[in-house]
Amino acid sequence: MYESLVQVKNLGIGFTSQTELVIPILRNIDLPISEGETIGLVGESGCGKSTLVLAMMGYLKSGLRVLEGESQFRGRNVFDMDKKTLEEIRGGELALIPQNAGQSLTPSARVGRQIDESVKLHTDFSKKQRHERIIELLSQVRLPQPQELMKRYPHELSGGQQQRVAIAMALAGEPDVLLLDEPTTGLDVTTQAHILELLRDLATETGTAMVYVSHDLGAIARVSDRIAVMYAGELVLEGSARQVLKRPAHPYARGLLLSIPRLKEAVVPASMPGLPPPPGGASQGCAFADRCPMTEQLCRDKRPTLEPTAVQELVRCHFFERVEQLPLPEPPKRPDRPNLDEVNNILRFDNVAITYAKPSIVDQILNRQPDVTPTVDKIDLTICRGETVGLVGESGSGKSTILRSIAGLWPPKSGTITYDEAENLNTSVAERAKDLLRCIQLIFQNPDASLNPRHTVAEILAQPLKLYFGLGGDELRERSVILLERVRLRANYLERLPGQLSGGEKQRVAVARAFAAEPELVLCDEVTSALDVSVQAAVLHLLTQLQVDHGTTYIFVSHDLAVVRALADRVAVLYQGRLCEMGPSESVYRSPSHPYTEVLLGAVLEPDPDAELVLAAEDAVDLFPPAKGCPFHRRCPRHVGDICGNETPPWQPTEFGHAIRCHIPLGELRDMQYQSITTH
Amino acid sequence: MVKLIARRLALGVLTIVLVSGIIFVGVQALPGDSCTAYLGRAAQGKRLENCRRDFGLERPVLARYIEWTLGAVRGDFGVSLKGKKPISETVGTRFRNTVILGITASILGVPLAILLGIIAALWRDRLPDLWVSTTAIFAMTIPEFVSSTVLILIFSVWLGWLPGIVITRPDAPLFEFLSDIILPIVVLAFVMTAHILRMVRTSVIDVLASDYVQMAQLKGVPYWQMVFKHVLPNALLPTINLVALTIAWLLGGTLVIEVVFNYPGLGRLMVQAIFFRDLAMVQAIALILATLYIALNLFADLLTLVANPRLRTMRSS
Amino acid sequence: MMATTNIEHVKKKSVFVGLLAVLSAMISRPSGLLGLALVVFHIVLAIVSPAIAPYDFKDVNAQIILNTPSYEHWFGTDSLGRDVLTRTMLGGRQALFVTTIATVLAIAWGGLLGVLLGLVGGRLDELLMRIVDAFLCLPWILVLLLIVVMVGSESGVLILTLGFFYGIPVIRMARAATHDVVARDFVTAAQARGESRSTIVWRELVPNVLDVLLVEGAMRWSWMLLAFSSLSFLGFGIAPPTPDWGLMISNSLSIMALAPWTALAPVVALSSLIIGINLSADALAKAVGIDRAQRAPV
Repeated sequence: MYESLVQVKNLGIGFTSQTELVIPILRNIDLPISEGETIGLVGESGCGKSTLVLAMMGYLKSGLRVLEGESQFRGRNVFDMDKKTLEEIRGGELALIPQNAGQSLTPSARVGRQIDESVKLHTDFSKKQRHERIIELLSQVRLPQPQELMKRYPHELSGGQQQRVAIAMALAGEPDVLLLDEPTTGLDVTTQAHILELLRDLATETGTAMVYVSHDLGAIARVSDRIAVMYAGELVLEGSARQVLKRPAHPYARGLLLSIPRLKEAVVPASMPGLPPPPGGASQGCAFADRCPMTEQLCRDKRPTLEPTAVQELVRCHFFERVEQLPLPEPPKRPDRPNLDEVNNILRFDNVAITYAKPSIVDQILNRQPDVTPTVDKIDLTICRGETVGLVGESGSGKSTILRSIAGLWPPKSGTITYDEAENLNTSVAERAKDLLRCIQLIFQNPDASLNPRHTVAEILAQPLKLYFGLGGDELRERSVILLERVRLRANYLERLPGQLSGGEKQRVAVARAFAAEPELVLCDEVTSALDVSVQAAVLHLLTQLQVDHGTTYIFVSHDLAVVRALADRVAVLYQGRLCEMGPSESVYRSPSHPYTEVLLGAVLEPDPDAELVLAAEDAVDLFPPAKGCPFHRRCPRHVGDICGNETPPWQPTEFGHAIRCHIPLGELRDMQYQSITTH
Repeated sequence: MVKLIARRLALGVLTIVLVSGIIFVGVQALPGDSCTAYLGRAAQGKRLENCRRDFGLERPVLARYIEWTLGAVRGDFGVSLKGKKPISETVGTRFRNTVILGITASILGVPLAILLGIIAALWRDRLPDLWVSTTAIFAMTIPEFVSSTVLILIFSVWLGWLPGIVITRPDAPLFEFLSDIILPIVVLAFVMTAHILRMVRTSVIDVLASDYVQMAQLKGVPYWQMVFKHVLPNALLPTINLVALTIAWLLGGTLVIEVVFNYPGLGRLMVQAIFFRDLAMVQAIALILATLYIALNLFADLLTLVANPRLRTMRSS
Repeated sequence: MMATTNIEHVKKKSVFVGLLAVLSAMISRPSGLLGLALVVFHIVLAIVSPAIAPYDFKDVNAQIILNTPSYEHWFGTDSLGRDVLTRTMLGGRQALFVTTIATVLAIAWGGLLGVLLGLVGGRLDELLMRIVDAFLCLPWILVLLLIVVMVGSESGVLILTLGFFYGIPVIRMARAATHDVVARDFVTAAQARGESRSTIVWRELVPNVLDVLLVEGAMRWSWMLLAFSSLSFLGFGIAPPTPDWGLMISNSLSIMALAPWTALAPVVALSSLIIGINLSADALAKAVGIDRAQRAPV
């Protein structure tokens, strides 16, 4: 047994509430971290993983204190160290890469100077040596033109660049242990993939140990040697990555893995019932008892301790041997696939272009439209009644813009959107009939923002009911209760304010509000992106159920390809506001693919230790669409020549209503992509 | 960036023009005019007509406005009805005096406020903060005439250290002047310090809670280095604007202090002018004070523009 | 469980519950409790003082001028032999009356216009904001003085003048708050639903702007009291013999050496009220979740 660099010993951290109760955030944490190994620390929001990682540096957010135990670095308790020692260690041997690099870099100082500060604090280099070291670090994190970049301010860099700078800053002191607190949250799919690969390479190159905190099991799977799963402030499972991901020994870990949508299966993942207990709310038994599929009386009476298993894992469960025998959950019933041949279109896009540009003063005087490249262009799409169409793309792809246009919030600049082959949707909300407005409903990404914080749930639901059906009084209340039941919330939620609900519950209310109008078409704008994985699964279940019951059509916008795979019948891939590929999901997720789809698929992080990332394109950021040619030509790894930049690529249909917009002939594309897969 | 500066300057000029319009129209809108005010009960018949003719009050409003503004730009505000002296003469010295009061108070108050605000924030909710914040609240909420009164009571009446009223001639040499006006300076500085201190304190507290300050600590940056390199630049920058606004606003209210201490400044002149219904003087003073306010604001905006890296290098979005 | 309560009934309850929550949050901190206590005390005093004051405020008595505090006259007498205690108790009535109404007026018109401008935007908004900015450049006390002198110092004039001028900075604030709220998704959701303009304003916008306006109102109130008492201090406010703290302080200036109690009583009264309002405003801001000290006075 080798000495651990970091050893957390029976650590308990908490705070004292206003009612003089001691509320624990972390309980009995034992975690060793040895040289050179990467541990993934997994858990959903509120499980305490960020607190744990900060505690390893001896840092506690205000109000928190150590209730018991200690966290050792090289054998010494960090909570006993004096300030000076802590300052030497932090940023030196023990460095943190923060969650939101954009907010963690000081806005008033140039990036180079901030890295220089770290170098100066933890080395003895001369000025010249420091300068060289900074350039070295910036190159190590694969940032181009380090001399120039050094002089920039944080706000001048993109999200990915900021994160790389944060990594460079952490490496400045040549740390032995790197602590990473959700370093890729908020970044684009491709950027995330690149940063993860960088981290993996760095770990191998420098031999640094890493603690990688995330809620994303896909990311964890990519970088970790060992995985520790946290739930309600406790460690519930710890073992090798392979073991935990393939055969999880704790029912929560198992449930978590099952709730992650997979690329290969068009199935809505299973969801665990209930919610994690609030801090301090766990009773004397197992914290997971209320939600566990194999709970027994012992579970509620006695809190399990961490026990070793036969394969050198540690599990906190009384009955962990039985976990493997648990039956796989039933996938929810999927709605019947609508017959695509019948003329049953609910929505049709004909060469639609949308632009955000506002006319300048000069344009207004001359009364002309600004001559800019449209944000969204050349959209031709047909959507059938009852199906789910996924719109996939990264930031800047225009997918939200399209939804806003359909809803009438931002009419298109040219082309037509037709509803039900009868109504023209080029109108704004004010110009539309109430019944049309009722048929098309929008659900937003962030339920904190989409529900009025001053309205109770009852008032929130009352609004569409009053507006579209003129309901009032008792009838209104009865209908509201029914709506809540449909989204599996009890009637007593009517009197609550959004601030009193969890993220998942809020989103359910938002769904209920949308369905209160009894719509035909529901536009879902990244509705699960802000939710924890298990909560996401529950909401996806809900949406599927409602679709089965009501025959609603969904347009589901997301950047998460696996989620779209679970839900969508057909998928459209967008880049910079232009369609790249479109067709039934099985076809889109299979070769031949548009080069951009290929890039996206290659960047998906599956919670599978054997899955490999295929990084085709750079994670450069295109700020605006090109004036002509293929929108992807500036980043395309399969760029064939000038034709890509000059001519709009044609639609190349394959069988079954699938088409790809590329200059490369399909046969060639298929061969090239087959080759890439086999060589990896 | 030059474009931004030019835009800001243009905006300032526009505001001055607007203000002059408002002042002029506002004064015209009041019941009566310079002549009725001046002549009082005798304002009727022939005397009124003659008076109006002498001062050209019969001409159309727009013409008078233009004449007034053009004169103002040159520094000529016309003639005071009361003493028939050119307004610019009287206003000139008084303006100087008020500015002296303002500048000395600022030189005293602003650095002190920044220092105290930082101290209060760094030792938040502990003894230094409690002292400073409580005193600040008192200073801010108690009307200036009250604090002036109290200070006179203590320093002039009971201790007899300082003169309670200013009896030096308005155009006395600077040094003599300053030693006589310590109390009014102290009162103004006291109020100024309290306002600015609170803003600085809030700003520093906000920045102390930010992610990047936490990051600096986790990088191993020692406390005081963190304060000077990470906290202060980001906390003080947004306060520049507020400080300027506060100073400008307070200058508008110095008149109470001037009245209490009998200080020969613009404020006291203003009160007299209003009392004697000398509308031409009132207009002139209003314009001067408003321009001062706008100028201070402009200065603050430009300073922020130059100092804030985010504004200097804005990416087009 | 299935009580057939009306949605309207539920709505009223939630507003009431909301107010109670805010109030209890305010008094949970000692400064908030103190502030609220002071304000309530002064309001009650203003209402009941005519009934409980020991003397008539007009009672001039040449025999007892400038008496030190004694059993008959707890705060002594002033230069005309009037009882200082009585005059202090009554001295806040006019001030509170005028400033309370003026504050409500200022918040109402400034808030309404600000919200409207925030929604409408466009060129009208730009133009009006320039004018608002220009107005804000004027020295407030000069304007107040001028109007009072030329038009008169009756309560009505004071209320309208204070209400108008102190409403102007409220416009800015309400407009900024409106911009903030309008950008949020729940407003977009309401727009997408097809709610009418007025529904969006009254149901979505106003409840969220209201707390900002309330805190602003508390601040405005204290500034108005300051302005009012400054005016009466300068002799341009309420006419004697009606007692007023500002006027009392002004009168006491020249005789402060002889009779400090004539100054002390109104100073303490006025200061305690203003401090009370400020502390309450701070507590209100914290209870509602706003940071108010970050703004300049105007």
